[in-house]
Amino acid sequence: MNITVAGEKKEVKDGLTVAQLVIDEKVETPEYVTVTINDEFVESGAFESTVLKDGDSVEFLYFMGGGSL
Amino acid sequence: MITLKRADFDTILRHAESVLPEEACGLIAGEITEGGKTIKKVYILTNIDHSNEHFSLDPKEQLAAVKDMRANGLVPLGNWHSHPESPSRPSEEDKRLAYDSKASYLILSLMDRNAPVLNSFKITGDNAENEGIIITD
Repeated sequence: MNITVAGEKKEVKDGLTVAQLVIDEKVETPEYVTVTINDEFVESGAFESTVLKDGDSVEFLYFMGGGSL
Repeated sequence: MITLKRADFDTILRHAESVLPEEACGLIAGEITEGGKTIKKVYILTNIDHSNEHFSLDPKEQLAAVKDMRANGLVPLGNWHSHPESPSRPSEEDKRLAYDSKASYLILSLMDRNAPVLNSFKITGDNAENEGIIITD
């Protein structure tokens, strides 16, 4: 099936989970990554159970924060 | 070295002052050449912590900004935030949450309201290096 990852079209195997995609894409510091599918945020605890579908558009967003203390 | 237009600096400063006493935050995007980084666009995002000591970017606004960067052929360069009451240098929390050693982390200090200070840092672990910032007219 075909999906789009960070704006780039890719062919991936059917049944691919978000968790496996994070590994396949060699996402750095995955503990800081939020994933969206078709602009919907995926709960971090649902990466293993969320299966991608043909035509999905996936984005990886890194948590950004800090403080002044 | 990173370059920022005066108009974009003013945008950051005005917004940071407008949300005092809270910290302000956002993203920066542009291009990377052999000569360094050039900021082409500054994004103002909501600090969902609404705190004078912490910031977290609004994820929905972050998603929109990332898409806008891509649509405009810009490269994500890093982020910016303000320190309302402390110097322009990374705090321990800033360092802990700086996961990307290639990113630029701009910090605007409003500690002296008459003399705001903006610096840009590259952060690797506990080490923060002031990479130098040029503000152009």
